[in-house]
Amino acid sequence: MKQRYVDNAATTRVSDRVFNAMVPFLKETYGNASSIHAAGRAAALAVMEARRQVAQALNADPQEIFFTSGGTESDNWAIKGVCARLLKKGKKHIITTAFEHHAVLHSCETLEKSGFEVTYLPVSPDGYVTAQQVADAIREDTALVTVMYANNEIGTIQPIAEIGRICREKGVLFHTDAVQAIGNVKIDVNADCIDLLSLSGHKLHAPKGIGALYIRKGIVLQNLMDGGAQERGRRGGTENVPGIVGLGQAISDAAAQIEEKAERLSKMRDRLIDTVLAEIPKARLNGGRKPRLCMNANFSFEGIEGEGLLLKLDMAGVCASSGSACTSGSLDPSHVLTAIGLPHEIAHGSLRITLSEENTEDDIDYILEVLPGIVAQLRMMSPVWQE
Amino acid sequence: MSMLYSEKVMDHFANPRNVGELPDADGVGEVGNAKCGDIMKMYIKVQDDVITDVRFKTFGCGAAIATSSMATELIKGKPISEVLKLTNEAVVEALDGLPPVKIHCSVLAEQAIKSALADYYRRRGIDPTPIVGEINDCEACHVE
Repeated sequence: MKQRYVDNAATTRVSDRVFNAMVPFLKETYGNASSIHAAGRAAALAVMEARRQVAQALNADPQEIFFTSGGTESDNWAIKGVCARLLKKGKKHIITTAFEHHAVLHSCETLEKSGFEVTYLPVSPDGYVTAQQVADAIREDTALVTVMYANNEIGTIQPIAEIGRICREKGVLFHTDAVQAIGNVKIDVNADCIDLLSLSGHKLHAPKGIGALYIRKGIVLQNLMDGGAQERGRRGGTENVPGIVGLGQAISDAAAQIEEKAERLSKMRDRLIDTVLAEIPKARLNGGRKPRLCMNANFSFEGIEGEGLLLKLDMAGVCASSGSACTSGSLDPSHVLTAIGLPHEIAHGSLRITLSEENTEDDIDYILEVLPGIVAQLRMMSPVWQE
Repeated sequence: MSMLYSEKVMDHFANPRNVGELPDADGVGEVGNAKCGDIMKMYIKVQDDVITDVRFKTFGCGAAIATSSMATELIKGKPISEVLKLTNEAVVEALDGLPPVKIHCSVLAEQAIKSALADYYRRRGIDPTPIVGEINDCEACHVE
């Protein structure tokens, strides 16, 4: 059976171009980028080129790009690093949203334990926060505003440029977790007034274990990783040269085709959404339709639980995901779905389908062919479903 | 987190036994709640203290469906005295194990059976508590 992978918000396949770009740095050019010899210099040059590629994709300066192990590290570093410095200036308030990734939420919770106060902005039922909410929450002692660029579960894109402008006006630092947006949305850290931005490689066809943090020139934050002089002394640890090269290749490939991708995938996504809502009774789309990531569809089906749905889809060759508690290892359904006001029993029955360049119309046809039957089968078994 | 199910769990999930309702059931039990993501409803027919037929409906994950299905197989055709001794561990064992986070599903299956039996006794004007015991809410559902 052909496998249809539609869980690209979880991770993506390493593209052939990225793979080919990385191979030399695993084999022949394996030097340590800090070494003085030819092998080391070749690695250092490759890191430099990748830094330029990442900077270009964000309209940043290469000196503002710092490689990390991924989105989680970048989020931790940005939030804890800024707060540790600003606490000394008496700032001990953070503004974020209720539906951030756990890397952000749990970093904020850690800071709460050391005396920070955190405002979790509520999210509208269609999955957005407004710049006005941020403006109203900013205080004298606000150290940082951190709002995700696009939500990882429901794909809603936040008004980042507006929020950025307000933060700039009020003199508050602004961080955004752009892990899901990168490669799907054109990002300009200057136009959007972003001070810090987290990104991860494996969401855009680079390998797992590589990411970056953009830090606007002049912003000083405490180190998270103490060590050697790598990353200009701000992030210790031998550079993950193959990963860095892969990220550089992936991000420049994504930037080169971002409009074409958005157009093609949003057509596929819209056909999926429209058909599911028309053909499956008591189905709902989670998250507003606009602005929404071109690759994200998130549904809830009343009367069924998400894990069963995923298992049945998997048996039919479809790899998707759910915000159901049963897939997370906890008993609570996704905090994102509860943040947009879904009752628990509806949140349990969610299905997230996320596309990439590698998906085809045929994948959508196939999902539309199998999904209604699977939902019906599970509903037939469900004591809470009434025809 | 990884969620590896045994072949038996997958078999009972993919081909659940005894799904449905019994319109003329002698006892019906329902446990769990939609809030925590699992509801099991069990229907039993009883003749001469033997479970002659059983059906279930479950809202829940793969493990919840598989444990319900296995539980129905384990009690069908069995005398009540034996059914009362059925533990959640026996259901887990019959399924060749469950991931630790799914053990509460098997607890729910045991409770669903007991709840159906309690209903059976209640319908006959017999206080079920001395026979079936207290049926507590699934503790897993109270995890904050």
